[in-house]
Amino acid sequence: MPMPIADLEAALREGFPDAEIQVEDLAGDNDHYRARIVSAAFAGVPRVKQHQLVYAALKGKMGGELHALALETSAPA
Amino acid sequence: MSDAATTDPVHDFIAKAVSEHPVVLFMKGVPDQPRCGFSSQVVQILDQLGVDFVGVDVLQSEPLREGIKRFSDWPTIPQLYVKGEFVGGCDIVREMFQTGELQGFLEQQGVAAQ
Repeated sequence: MPMPIADLEAALREGFPDAEIQVEDLAGDNDHYRARIVSAAFAGVPRVKQHQLVYAALKGKMGGELHALALETSAPA
Repeated sequence: MSDAATTDPVHDFIAKAVSEHPVVLFMKGVPDQPRCGFSSQVVQILDQLGVDFVGVDVLQSEPLREGIKRFSDWPTIPQLYVKGEFVGGCDIVREMFQTGELQGFLEQQGVAAQ
């Protein structure tokens, strides 16, 4: 069940309004993405929790509509 | 979460698995034959580090496949547990491996290869 890249970006921007976000479609199939997200929301937050925040922003789409999303999360330097 | 009392048999199975085995990988397929590239990557990392681990194939049971996602509050497979704690999925494990953090963590937990 693919998800258009624009929808993914929009969901991430809504969840992390301050963030620098880059999304790549790794396989060109709207189903395997990589997202780099740099947001102050991640400052001092353990990595598992950072990814959980991203999944929460995707409101259950991860693992359903969205099969693969490689995540790189960090706080601004 | 993991320490809540429950009557959910899937939850109990997972809680028991991660408390009885120091390193557990919930994955698609079995360690000798992973059925997903992400599960395969984590198996390769653990093998390369020579870590003894138990693989649990979530494809054998739909309730387990859904149950582990709830148990960890994590929507994807694979999921690595060390000493009962959720360490992460494929990205986190790979990142920790690449920075050398994983080796240190496993040593600290007393589960690194001898």
